[in-house]
Amino acid sequence: MIKTMDAKKREPWVSTANPCHQCRPLGAMVAFQGVEGCVPFLHGSQGCATYMRRYLISHFREPVDIASSSVSEKEAVLGGGPSLRKGLRNVTEKYGAKVVGLATTCLTETTGEDLGMLVHEWDKEVLEHPLEAGNPEIVKVACPSYDGTHMDGFHGATRALVEHFAEATAPHGGMTLFPNFVSPADLRHLREMITAFGMGATLVPDYSERLDGPALAEMPTMAEGGTAMEAMRALPGSRMAVEFGRTIPEKLSANAVLKDKWNVPVRTLGLPIGIRESDAFFAVLEEASGRETPAEWQLERGRLIDACVDAHKYLAGRTAVVFGDEDMVVGLVAFLTEIGVKTTLVASGGKSGRLASEIERVTRSFLEEPPRVLSDADFRDVEDCVESQQADFFIGHAKGYKISRRRDVPLVRVGFPLHDRFGGQRMLHVGWRGALNLLDTIVNAILEKRQDDSPVGYSYL
Amino acid sequence: MDTDSISVFAERKGQILVAGSGQETISCDKQSLSGAVSQRACVFCGARVVLYPIADALHLVHGPIGCAAYTWDIRGALSSGPELHRMSFSTDMREREVIFGAEKKLEQSLRELIEKYQPKGAFVYSTCVAGVIGDDIEAVCKRVEKDVGIPVIAVQSEGFKGNKRAGYSAACKAIDRLVGTGDTTGIGPLSINILGDFNLAGEIWLIRQYYEKMGLQVVANITGDGRIDDIRKSHGAKLNVVQCSGATMELAKYMKEKHDVPFLRVSYFGIEDMAESLYAVARHFQDVDWQVMERARKIVADELLTLVPEMKALKKRLQGKTAAIYVGGAFKAFSLIKAFRHLGMKVTLVGSQTGTEEDYREIQQVCDPGTVIVDDANPLELGAFLRDNDVDILVGGVKERPIAYKLGLGFCDHNHERKLALEGFLGMRNFAKEVAATVESPIWRLVPRRIGRTTAGTAHSTEVVGKES
Repeated sequence: MIKTMDAKKREPWVSTANPCHQCRPLGAMVAFQGVEGCVPFLHGSQGCATYMRRYLISHFREPVDIASSSVSEKEAVLGGGPSLRKGLRNVTEKYGAKVVGLATTCLTETTGEDLGMLVHEWDKEVLEHPLEAGNPEIVKVACPSYDGTHMDGFHGATRALVEHFAEATAPHGGMTLFPNFVSPADLRHLREMITAFGMGATLVPDYSERLDGPALAEMPTMAEGGTAMEAMRALPGSRMAVEFGRTIPEKLSANAVLKDKWNVPVRTLGLPIGIRESDAFFAVLEEASGRETPAEWQLERGRLIDACVDAHKYLAGRTAVVFGDEDMVVGLVAFLTEIGVKTTLVASGGKSGRLASEIERVTRSFLEEPPRVLSDADFRDVEDCVESQQADFFIGHAKGYKISRRRDVPLVRVGFPLHDRFGGQRMLHVGWRGALNLLDTIVNAILEKRQDDSPVGYSYL
Repeated sequence: MDTDSISVFAERKGQILVAGSGQETISCDKQSLSGAVSQRACVFCGARVVLYPIADALHLVHGPIGCAAYTWDIRGALSSGPELHRMSFSTDMREREVIFGAEKKLEQSLRELIEKYQPKGAFVYSTCVAGVIGDDIEAVCKRVEKDVGIPVIAVQSEGFKGNKRAGYSAACKAIDRLVGTGDTTGIGPLSINILGDFNLAGEIWLIRQYYEKMGLQVVANITGDGRIDDIRKSHGAKLNVVQCSGATMELAKYMKEKHDVPFLRVSYFGIEDMAESLYAVARHFQDVDWQVMERARKIVADELLTLVPEMKALKKRLQGKTAAIYVGGAFKAFSLIKAFRHLGMKVTLVGSQTGTEEDYREIQQVCDPGTVIVDDANPLELGAFLRDNDVDILVGGVKERPIAYKLGLGFCDHNHERKLALEGFLGMRNFAKEVAATVESPIWRLVPRRIGRTTAGTAHSTEVVGKES
């Protein structure tokens, strides 16, 4: 029997304190960064765009442009159509937007703005008065912030891109990957994996360059990089599509569009974090390409297993509390389980309803009973749980720092956001190489704590 | 220089001017242009930044999770005691509540949080959605206040109902509700409130120390390291010393009208402004105690004794370098212009998010002719300016930092999130060191804009290891 609970149904807290997740439009804004020539655009109050920019900039340390329709009291009452159209014209003319990734916010969802109608009116306007720079593609996604988390926004935007662009295409042998919300370094590594099997790769979205770009002499009006429109139009010609994330609801799944509408063979996998989840992705790559995993990649796996053996005694009997986005924590728990760390508590702000069964899937046969799982949780819930008082370390994003500090328990920082460390955008989590990186980070956190706490101060550990 | 080259949006032309060009001031306090990536925030943000440092209050955001998530522990506003302000509380409104109303959830949240955390007061921030669905937050607050015996105050901060300045106003109205409700026993004739300082990196402790050395009693910090009970009795002070005029001037005016507390505008940034602030306050009290001025002079003299030689040494290194300033409030811009002059540096751009016409008129007067002045700039404009002008450092906030770094120039964070005290004489020293630390980095010799390449990845460096330069 799985011990699981919905934190919000548990007494006594009605309020949320120290949230573990962000609001829905933020995820959509990240996904739209991963499209070539795209300006992410929020239909809402000016503050939303500014807060999200600041939040993303502090993690990626890159310029992050998000346009806003700057809805004021007048527009909230009379409708934001004219203001939105003016904004769309501005981003096209000034930023040279080829695509506008348009998301609503809690404000415009509550005032009852009809996104379909607004875009329809825009289409009519630009049909009569076309823009000099060419009319942009408007990809729209509803983001009521009071329903779901930033991850729903991310997946919703990804799916909207596929729905908008995909068109009948002859088979081209390329592979499509919906990589989930991973780091720019992860995106680059995933592309490297697919191409190592001799296949072309389309990642949707791919913000590996826009959110982790080179130093420049001039500020471009539009950052380089992102998945090209042509590549997204050709998605139905893929030999196979893979979606990472087994907690993604069907209605937000991009894979589901390719499968149901375009008959593309699809696979849904967990985020490839750790040994078994990465193995599963490599198995799919072998299947899709008809090739064996290249020798140098097999060596990577070998080195990972070798390192896990070297590390096993440092990790034996250790306990961890894991928090973050649902698919990310599933991957982390899978890996911790493989290396002999016992996860005692899993917490996520997400509430797909699938987290507990996913945790059970990745711990089955390794653990006698799966860890306690908190869905729709905040950090106060985590702190209320006895497990967080006894853990050897926490692993998750940097918002867990406060509880880690209070409890004097090391925090291994992974995922998003990392606002208090350097290099979050370059952190590698996925694949065997990512697992090795995580292993080194985890083991060193434990050794450092052990060394610091020891009165002896051993030089060899 | 021509404003056209940086004015990328025709509608924004009136919001940019060149000092000395004959144009008197610029249009401002306008709604941000739709589709422009404004660096501005919203009403909620304005209210939140002002009230945030009140450390023993419960700050409950009534809305969906975003507004609370993005303002959790966002500022470097320190507290010498309780740290309740560093937690993030939200009613985390869900779809059902948006449809049927969230007053019940708000009331339950307030009651449970007040019971658990025992705050001295509570602020309930209204957000966009709360405003649209028409929750009667005021009524809920009153009901709870009656039962729990602490002030529970609704902050009218619906994001879309104006800009950040409207948020400052909402915060001032909220604080005004507290002022005058406390016992003023024990407050003497030499007493002040410090308004408009948020204790970033412990700055208000520095400033408070100066005033206390002058023999003044500081009744309330508003709001840095602030306490509800201090604010309640702040009307007993004999003078309000107001920094960051944009944020708290309105409160000073209320206190003048209702409680007859006069106010003085000051700035703690830079040598002259810091010294003049102390002198101005001393002058105010000279009829009560002439020694206050003596003490102020001594503080300034002591500080300058060590500061001046250090500044001279730094000036030698920084002479002739150029700076661009883009900050939230205009008052900060004034002080920065003067501070850069001390370092021998030339300011070529001054901008603010929330300046008034009067502010921009004054800025123009203190600037060198040719300086570009801009209201509510966006990244495109800032990028264009930095492209066309060889600037060594940009002063701004977190949102401006990546623009400077991407283009390979120095940056100084002068916003809410900084961890470095920039006020007072110590602050001037810190500021100068910070400017030198960034401007003098060797990395600028290797960035594309200095070596005539478009990106760092396309060419080898022109610097050769071991070569004399």
